[in-house]
Amino acid sequence: MAEHRPLASIEAVETGLASQGYIASRQIATAVYLSEHIAKPILVEGPAGVGKTELAKAIASWRGLKLIRLQCYEGLDEAKALYEWKYAKQLLYTQILKDKLGEVLGGAETLHAALDQLHDFGDVFFSKEFVEPRPLLQALEQRGGCVLLIDEVDKSDAEFESLLLEILSDFQVSIPELGTVSATVAPTVILTSNSERNLGDALKRRCLHLHIGFPEQKLEERIVESRVGGISQTLRKQLVGFIHEVRTLDLKKQPSVSETIDWARVLVLLGASELGHDVVRDTLNVLLKYESDVEAALPHVTTFVARATGQNLLGRAT
Amino acid sequence: MRENLHRFFRAARGAGVHVSPAESIDAMRAVAEVGVSDRGVLRDALLLTLAKSEDEKKALGACFDLFFAHPEPQQASEKPKDADGAAAESQTAEGTPSQAEGLGPLAQMLLSQDRSAIAAAIASASGAASLSDIRYFTQRGIFSGRILELMGIGRLNDDLQSLTATNPALAERLTILTDALRENVRDAVSQALVLYGREEAENLRNEILRSAPLARIEPRQIEQMRALIRQMARRLRERYSKPRKRQRRGHLDVRRTLRKNAAWGSVPFLTAWKRRHRERPRIVALCDVSGSVARVSDFFLLLIHSLHEVVSDVRSFAFSGYLIEVSEILESKSAEDAMQDIMSKVGFGSSDYGTSLANFEQQWMASVTPQTTVIVLGDARSNNLDPGADILRRISERAKRLVWLNPEGRLMWGLGDSEMPRYATFCNLVRQCATAQQLERAISDIVAAYR
Repeated sequence: MAEHRPLASIEAVETGLASQGYIASRQIATAVYLSEHIAKPILVEGPAGVGKTELAKAIASWRGLKLIRLQCYEGLDEAKALYEWKYAKQLLYTQILKDKLGEVLGGAETLHAALDQLHDFGDVFFSKEFVEPRPLLQALEQRGGCVLLIDEVDKSDAEFESLLLEILSDFQVSIPELGTVSATVAPTVILTSNSERNLGDALKRRCLHLHIGFPEQKLEERIVESRVGGISQTLRKQLVGFIHEVRTLDLKKQPSVSETIDWARVLVLLGASELGHDVVRDTLNVLLKYESDVEAALPHVTTFVARATGQNLLGRAT
Repeated sequence: MRENLHRFFRAARGAGVHVSPAESIDAMRAVAEVGVSDRGVLRDALLLTLAKSEDEKKALGACFDLFFAHPEPQQASEKPKDADGAAAESQTAEGTPSQAEGLGPLAQMLLSQDRSAIAAAIASASGAASLSDIRYFTQRGIFSGRILELMGIGRLNDDLQSLTATNPALAERLTILTDALRENVRDAVSQALVLYGREEAENLRNEILRSAPLARIEPRQIEQMRALIRQMARRLRERYSKPRKRQRRGHLDVRRTLRKNAAWGSVPFLTAWKRRHRERPRIVALCDVSGSVARVSDFFLLLIHSLHEVVSDVRSFAFSGYLIEVSEILESKSAEDAMQDIMSKVGFGSSDYGTSLANFEQQWMASVTPQTTVIVLGDARSNNLDPGADILRRISERAKRLVWLNPEGRLMWGLGDSEMPRYATFCNLVRQCATAQQLERAISDIVAAYR
């Protein structure tokens, strides 16, 4: 499955992602294609559960690349994201090498001579062996390239964003003691954001900006089809129709694709072949995550079910 | 294509999408990768590289559709002429080549009815006349004239005159075609105005609106004004909603210091200090909604509503004859509903500052703490009733700051039943607040005081 040729076309991306069970809209496919060809990260924004993280996973498994994931949170800093010195190892080595150091410096008569000899020794303790690579550095060091997923970048602090700029635009990081580490193969970088806060312009400028919203009905049906095995076509259509009706309500959290898939799985598990009023009522909590939302949706269930099933009848008639 | 893309970038800027040179380079590269044959893909590629938020995507999408719809209307508008022109053409078809000789290039082009050539000529003349510089609708005439001139309308008119003498039939045909040409040019200019002039026109309108007195805004402008205030609120929110950390010298953070200095065997070369979150703004807003300020209080309430989104700790009160707390209403409802609700509860009465302040002192004085900024929005016209200035003094003593925003000009303070001078002595800050701009500045100052 490992393909290292550049992506052939936008259609190839679409089919490739589909082979991993990720049904991409053309816009998503275009973004992936472009990011490969003009070597730019993709910043994916959109509501929770529309498949932002899933996209990175799908690309990695389709292209047979390693997925390196950096989960962002408040307080994430250089030492956890980029690299850290292995302090314990450094201390241990100085202890072990104490005698050796004595030998090396044994011949020196004056302090200056000893210093010179020590300089010749070089910065042994600040070399590659003592660097603990964290996700960002790991991603640059992958020989065969990789997919770097920087998840929920909006959760990190504004300072962390600036840290990302170098890696995003040039695929390199500077470590003061070692110099600049550049990527051998530019990784495919995906950043995701839930728009919890506005990201800086500098970060946005370095990325392709992809907004994934709720999919259209046809697309969502295909997604359910690929993700949930053994679901009948009738149920699939009704279910997606129902969810699209629910999304027109004013809710605290709109059901997104992941909820659709969960719900479809639940319905299949319960052996439902068609959408019925009772079954919807009983499983509504899978779809809606707030009590107030469930309460808001309950009075509409009957109409929505009727509309979803009615739509289906119409669809069959034509 | 490159030229077209550049013009598109300008149009995009006109639509309010921020396109920096670096972004335009990216867009060029992206377009070079995907090609221009598939318009859908081209649209996606441009949206991906240029637009950086959902709003921008919408604006840019609309701009793209408008921009690349450009060539069509010109051709479409000529089609109907084709039909009735066809008959005439068959009559004069044999005669045309010889008659057309000696005519100017533009006349020949029109007579040959080569639509694509005409469209191209208009496009190149538009380029030469730098049509993309058009900003205001008043410039339409100038630009149309300039384009026609560049296309050689002068020569065409000469031709027309000489033809009326020699060949009236052909002259008549040419006149019709010339009119059609003028129409096409006018369309092209209008199109350009929509594409390139939008931002400027909007800016101009907003600028005028921002400095217009709130009390004298015409009904048709109220919607725009509300949009403007909403925009203002968004700006305030973006600037101030993020909690900031501040380093506090003096308290050593032992844990972080040890960690930071592990590289030196925990000998503290570098020190880390404890951080404290900045003080969050606490605001108590008292808003006059009586008849005398009815036109302005709408906007006051709108702004307080947005303040609830920016600042977590706001309590708001509305009063005319008496005072009620409206925090709940403002927080739970949309701005429009909340305003209606509040106005129906206490709005439009005659104001009584004394009673209202007394109400506040009796029930809610505890909400004023030494960290609180108290904002009073009102004209301080108390209908010659007891102004209750001593209550205001007590509020002022408890609060961190007391700010009074008055929609009336300074000249009016103290005239008639205005109690402003008496109140002003207890306020830390008194501002005139008659326009949207002043309103924004005042609120911005208040929130900034907590930075």
